[in-house]
Amino acid sequence: MRSDGYRDHPVRSYVLTGGRAHPTRNTLRPETLLRAVDDGRELPASAGRHERTLVRTCRGTLALAELAAHVHLPVSLVAVLVSDLVDGGYLAVLSTPAHDLPAKDLLEEVLDGLRRL
Amino acid sequence: MGSAASEPGTARHLAPTVDRSVKVLVVGAFGVGKTTLIRAVSEIPMLSTEESITTASVGVDPRRGEKRTTTVAMDFGRVTVGSSTALYLFGTPGQRRFWDLWSGLADGAVGALVMVDTRDLAQSFEVLDQLEEHTRLPITVVVNEFPDSPRHGVDEVRAALDLPAGTPVVAGDVRGRTGAVEALTTLVAHALQRAEGVAA
Repeated sequence: MRSDGYRDHPVRSYVLTGGRAHPTRNTLRPETLLRAVDDGRELPASAGRHERTLVRTCRGTLALAELAAHVHLPVSLVAVLVSDLVDGGYLAVLSTPAHDLPAKDLLEEVLDGLRRL
Repeated sequence: MGSAASEPGTARHLAPTVDRSVKVLVVGAFGVGKTTLIRAVSEIPMLSTEESITTASVGVDPRRGEKRTTTVAMDFGRVTVGSSTALYLFGTPGQRRFWDLWSGLADGAVGALVMVDTRDLAQSFEVLDQLEEHTRLPITVVVNEFPDSPRHGVDEVRAALDLPAGTPVVAGDVRGRTGAVEALTTLVAHALQRAEGVAA
C-alpha cells in the first residue's frame, strides 16, 4: 500500500475499526511503548489481517507511531485497533504516559543519556 | 544500542531493557531542516506516518467556507538514551492549519525545538505564537545555519523573535550529529530547569 492511497481512508478506516473513531482507552500516544504478550495464546479466528500484523510486528518493543508507520496506517486508526488488542490481552502497554509534562527523574535520565551519546 | 533487525522493511525493535519513552517536537516551516535534524540523531531510518486532520478552510482557501479533511505526513525518528528510555522526535509542520495535529502531539512532550531560518525570520513568528498560545511546552530555538544564511548573532535572533526570557537559542549545523544532539541537550536541560523551578 502506498502512502498516496490514503485518499480513501475516511471510509476505509471506519470499516476497519467497526465504525469507531475513538479508541477504548485514551492514554495511547504516538510515543507509547507496546509489546506483544507472549503467553502462547492465539488471536481469535475472527481477528483481521491488520490485527494479526500488529501483534506480529510487536514481538519486540515499539512505539505506537512506529507500529503505524510499519503497517502504513494512520496513528489514530492504529490506536483504535491497538486499544482492542490491549483490552483483549494480546498487546501490553509498557510505558505509562506522562500527564502534561514528563517527571523530573525522567528528564534527568534523558539528559544524562544525551550527554553520553 | 537496540536489537535491530537488519532486513529492510522489518521493524527495528527497542532493546528489551527499554520501558519508558518521551518525545520532543521539532517544529518549523517547510524546508527549514526538521527532517535533517531528526535524521542526524535517529538510530532508525526516518519513519513517516500520515494523519488526517480536519482544518478550517480559513486561511487555506478563502473561496470555500467549509471545513476540509487533509492528510499530513509526520516524520519521526528515535534515539535510545541510557538503558531504559526511548526518545522520539516528531517533525511537525509549523503552519496554523496543522494546529489540530500539534495539540494532540504536544500532550506529554518534553518540549519543542523550534527551527528558524535566518533568511526568513518572519515565518517563525506564527510558530512561536502558536506554541505560546496553546501549550506550556518549554522551547529551544534552533538557528539552522545554511551556507548562505546571513550570520545573525544569537542575541540578535532572540531580540528579533521577542522570545520569553530564559528561552535558549542555539545556532549550528544540525546536519551533523553533534549539532543535533547539542540542540536536544539544551532543550532537555531547559525543561528540567523549569520542572525544578515549578517544584521548588
